[in-house]
Amino acid sequence: MPENCIYITRSSAIAARALAGEMMVMNSVDSTFFTLNEVATAIFQAADGHTPLREIVRDRVCGQFDIDPEQALADAEQFVAELSSHGILLVSNQPLASEAP
Amino acid sequence: MSLMSEVGQKAFNLGVPIAVHMDVTYRCNERCVHCYLDHDDHGELTTAEVKDVLDQLAEAGVFFITFSGGEVFMRRDFFEIVEYARRLMFNVKIKTNAVMIHEDDARRIRELGVDTIQISVYSHRPEVHDAITKLPHSFERTIKAIRFLREQGLRVTIANVLMTANSFDHSEVQKLAAELGVQYTLDPTITPMMDGDTSVLSLRIPGEELPEIFHNPALVGNQDEFCAPPKPPSEEDLEGYSCSAGHSFCYISPYGDVFPCVQFPLPTGNIRHQKFLDIWNFSPEMKEVRSIQAKDLTVCSSCSHVGSCTRCPGLAYMEGSMRGPSTADCEKSFYRTGVPTANMLQQGLSKPRTTIPLIQIRSIAVPA
Ligand code: SF4
Ligand code: SF4
Repeated sequence: MPENCIYITRSSAIAARALAGEMMVMNSVDSTFFTLNEVATAIFQAADGHTPLREIVRDRVCGQFDIDPEQALADAEQFVAELSSHGILLVSNQPLASEAP
Repeated sequence: MSLMSEVGQKAFNLGVPIAVHMDVTYRCNERCVHCYLDHDDHGELTTAEVKDVLDQLAEAGVFFITFSGGEVFMRRDFFEIVEYARRLMFNVKIKTNAVMIHEDDARRIRELGVDTIQISVYSHRPEVHDAITKLPHSFERTIKAIRFLREQGLRVTIANVLMTANSFDHSEVQKLAAELGVQYTLDPTITPMMDGDTSVLSLRIPGEELPEIFHNPALVGNQDEFCAPPKPPSEEDLEGYSCSAGHSFCYISPYGDVFPCVQFPLPTGNIRHQKFLDIWNFSPEMKEVRSIQAKDLTVCSSCSHVGSCTRCPGLAYMEGSMRGPSTADCEKSFYRTGVPTANMLQQGLSKPRTTIPLIQIRSIAVPA
C-alpha cells in the first residue's frame, strides 16, 4: 500500500442532496452549508471509506472530466482537507467504515 | 445574497421541492387551547408508507425535511422514521412539545444528526404554559427536555406563540431562552384550522396590540427598517410570486394528502394513490398556485404594500380566494407601518377589518 494512500468517507452528521448537478451539503453540528461543483460532487459521492482517493480521482474525475491526473489529485487533496476541517469528510490512511447515522 | 438563499432561489426557479413539512401524526399528548387539529387517528401512513414517501422525496430532490405533528413522539416508530430519513441524507428538523424526550432520547437525536429541534414554550410561568397546553407539569417536563438536548450540544429553538393569555410574557420567555442557551422565535399569529374553521382565531392577540410587538427592537431587530413605509412596488415586485408554497415547498399530512403549504389547505393529491412527483409536477392545483404573480392579485396588485407584505396565499385561500388579500397580513402591514392597505381603502376603512371577534371564547383557567 503506498504510504500516501488516503481514504475518505462521509461523516454521519451531514445532510446532502444534488440540485441540478451540484451537491448541497450541510453539517448538522455547526450548520455549515456548502455546494460542491461537479468534480467535487463526483469525489464526494465516491467517498466510501475503502476506495483510495487516488483511485477515485483516476476513475471518477480523470475518467469523466478532461483534467491532468497529478493536478486533479493535488486539487482533490486540498478539497478533501477543507471538507474534513468542516467535519464533512473523515480522512485516514487506513480504510474507514462508512458512518451510517 | 447568502449561499443558502441562492440555493433556495435556484430550487424555486427550477421548481424543485427543496423543503417539505411532514406531519407524521395529528395525535398529541397536549390539548393546546389554540390548536386546530383533530387528534384522532383517521388512518395515518404506516411505517412502510412513510419510508416509501421518504424514498420518493429524496428522489424528487428534497433536502430539508421538517417532521411535526400533533406530537411526533406519539408515534412509536418515530426514531425509525428519523433514522431512515437520515440514511437518505435529509437535513432533519423536528417540531415537538418535548414532553416525552428523556436523556436517552436526547442522545439518540444527537447520534442521528438532527439539525434543529423546535419546541413550543408559551410562557415562563408554569401555570400559564400548563393552562394553555392543558397538560399538568408540561412546562417542567418541556424545560427539562430542553436541558437534556442542550447537554447533547443540539440546536434548540423555542417557539413562542402569542395569544391573549400570554401576550405579555414574550420578553420573559426570551430571557428564559437565553438562559437555556437556545434560540427564540416569536409567532404572533394564530391561524385558522385546515378545515377553514376560524374559531381559534379568537385567541389571537388583538390587532391593536401588534404595534407594541412590531415596535419592540428586541423582537423585530432593526425597528426603523422593519417599520419603514413601503417602497412603491417595482415591475419586479409585480412579476414576483407570493412565497415558496408549491414552488419549492409543500406539506404532507399524516394521511398522505399533499398541500402547497401547511397553511394552505388546497388538496392537490394523495401519495397513497399517486406518486409524489406526479402530484408535484402535474396536479392542476399545484400548477395554478405556481402560476399566480403579484400582478394577478385582485386587490393586492394595487396595494402599496405588495412588494413588502407577508401576504399568505394560504390564508387568502381560507378567506375565499388564493388571489385575494389576507386580512391577517393586511393587519400586520398596517400596524407595522401605519400606512393603509388597498384592502382597507377599497372598503373605506381607517383600520383593518377584523373579521373575527378578538375576544377569547374559550376560557383558560390559570391557577392562582
Ligand atoms: S406565506 Fe403562507 S402559504 Fe406561503 S409559505 Fe408562508 S405560510 Fe405557507
Ligand atoms: S396589505 Fe393586504 S391588500 Fe396589501 S398586499 Fe398585503 S394582503 Fe394585499
